[in-house]
Amino acid sequence: MMATTHSLTPSMQRRRRARQRRGALYLALLGIGLVAPFVAYPVFLMKVLCFALFACAFNLLLGYAGLLSFGHAAFLATGGYVTGFLLSSYPGLTPETGILAGTLAGVALGLVFGALAIRRQGIYFAMVTLALAQMMFFFFIQAPFTGGEDGLHGVPRGQLFGLVDLSSNLAMYYFVFAVFVIGFAIIQRTVHSPFGQVLKAIRENEPRAVSLGYNVDAYKLLAFVISAGLAGLAGSTKTVVFQLASLTDAHWHMSGEVILMTLLGGVGTLFGPLVGSGLVVSLQTQLAQSPLGNWVSVILGAIFVICVLSFRSGIVGEVQKLVRRNFK
Amino acid sequence: MTQEFVLETCGLTKEFRGFTAVDDVNLQVREGHIHALIGPNGAGKTTVFNLLTKFLPPTRGEILYRGRPITAMRANEIARLGLVRSFQISAVFAHMTALENVRVALQRRLGTSFHFWRSERSLEPLNERALALLAEVGLQDYADVLTVEMPYGRKRALEVATTLALEPTVMLLDEPTQGMGAEDVDRIVELIRRVSKGRTVLMVEHNLSVVSRLCDRITVLARGAVLAEGDYASVSQDPRVREAYMGSEAADAEEVSA
Repeated sequence: MMATTHSLTPSMQRRRRARQRRGALYLALLGIGLVAPFVAYPVFLMKVLCFALFACAFNLLLGYAGLLSFGHAAFLATGGYVTGFLLSSYPGLTPETGILAGTLAGVALGLVFGALAIRRQGIYFAMVTLALAQMMFFFFIQAPFTGGEDGLHGVPRGQLFGLVDLSSNLAMYYFVFAVFVIGFAIIQRTVHSPFGQVLKAIRENEPRAVSLGYNVDAYKLLAFVISAGLAGLAGSTKTVVFQLASLTDAHWHMSGEVILMTLLGGVGTLFGPLVGSGLVVSLQTQLAQSPLGNWVSVILGAIFVICVLSFRSGIVGEVQKLVRRNFK
Repeated sequence: MTQEFVLETCGLTKEFRGFTAVDDVNLQVREGHIHALIGPNGAGKTTVFNLLTKFLPPTRGEILYRGRPITAMRANEIARLGLVRSFQISAVFAHMTALENVRVALQRRLGTSFHFWRSERSLEPLNERALALLAEVGLQDYADVLTVEMPYGRKRALEVATTLALEPTVMLLDEPTQGMGAEDVDRIVELIRRVSKGRTVLMVEHNLSVVSRLCDRITVLARGAVLAEGDYASVSQDPRVREAYMGSEAADAEEVSA
C-alpha cells in the first residue's frame, strides 16, 4: 500500500496495469458493439446507444463536476429539433451536417443555461436548470418549426457523406455506434485530462480550489457546455434514427429519466450510464409489450427507490467495490 | 505608506444584518513576520480571514497588499497574487492521492488546465516537484495514498505542501493546530517555522503555547475590534487582554471555587 521515497515506480506500474486492463475492456466492448446487431434488434440497440450517450453526457456533469442538472432534456430536444427541422426542410443536407448543427445548438444553449445557472449551488442550480428547461418546453410547443404537439415526423435519414444510404438499419446502427464511441471517447478523455483533474478538485472541495487560484465558475461552465453539446449530439442522432423529433424529449420526465439511468448504472463511473440506460430502455421495451404496460412508471420508480436505498453507488459502482475488496 | 507592511487593512468592517462581526479593524502585517490573530470565540478572527482572502465581501474598509488596494479583487485572483489561505477544517481533496493534491496546485502554472482534450499524462513532469514538496513536509511515504485514508495530522501537513506549491508570499493559516494531539502540534509548529523562512505568515490560533513559540507579533481581537497588538510578552501582560481573553475562564474558575 505505502510507497517509499524512490518508488513512484510501483504506483506507475499499477497505473499502467490499470490502463492495460481498461484498454482490454474497451476492446472487448468494441467487439461486442460490432457484432451486436446480428444478435439483437438494431433499432433497440440504437435506442440504447442514444440514451447511453445522453446519460454519459449527464454523468460528466453530475459524476465528475458534482453538478445536478434537472434540465438536460432541453439539450436532447434542441439537438433533435434542430436536426429534424434542417433535414426535413433542406433535402440536400447530409445527415452528418444536420447532426453537427444539432450538436452546436446544444453547445449554444448550454452556454446560455450555464451562464445563468452556474453561480447557484446544489438544489438552486437544479431548480434554475429545471425552470430554463420548462421554458424551452413551452417554446417548442409554440414555435412554428417544431410541429407543436405532433412533433416532426418522417425526417429523412438521407445518405451519410452523400455516400452511404442510412435507410438500412444495419448501416444506421454502425453510424450510431461510431457516434457513441466518439462521444464516449470525448468524455473519457475529458475526465482524464488536466481539466478533469481541476474538475475533480472542485467537486472534492470547492473553496480550496478557489484558494489555489482557480476560477471555479469557468471550469464548471466548460463542463456544462461539453455535457450539453454531447446531450445535443445524442438528441440529434436519435432524431435521425427514429426519423422523429417530439415533445417527449423536451418534457421534464426525460430529465428525470436520465438521472435514473445514471444513478442506477453508477454515477461517477465511466460505464455506469451505459449499463443504466441499457437496463432502463430494456425494461421499458419489455414492459410495454407485457400486460404490465401501464405500470412502467411505477416499476421504474420502485427500482429507483430500491437503488437509492440499498445500492447507492449503482450497479457498476457496486461491482467496482466488490472487485476492489476481493482482488487487492 | 511604507512597503514594510505586506498586508494592511484600513477600517475593515463586516456587518451581517445589523450585527457587526468585524468592527473597524486596522491590521498591519510586516514582511517576514509570523503574525498571530488571537481572541476569544466569536471575536471575528475567521471573518477577518474570510475578508482578507475575499471569501466574504467587506461592508466597509480597504485591504492593501504591498500598498496596493486589493479590496475589489476576487478570491481566486488574490491567490494568484501570492496570498494563499488554509482552512479551519482540513481542506484537502479527499479522493485524490497526496501527490495529486499537490499536483493540482502546481498545474495551474502550466496553463493547460482548461485543456480537456489533453491526456493527464501531460501532468507527469510535475511529479518530481510534487514529490519534493511532499518530502518537505515529511509526507514522501504518502505520495500514492488516497488522502481520505491519511491520519488527520498528515492531512494538515499535506495542506501546507499544497499551499507551498503556489509559492505564496503570504500564507494565511486558519487554526493550523486545531484538533491535534500534542505530538502533531509540535510537528506542525516545526513545519510552520521551517516554511515561513522568506515568507510572511498570518495565522489564527487558539493554542497560546503555539503562539508564544512561533509568533513575532500578535493582534488580539475581541467582539470584532482590535483590543491590543504587540509581541507575546507585552500582549500577555495587558490587563484588558487578560480580562477579555482569559476572563471567561477566570470567571468560570471563580464560579467553580465559589
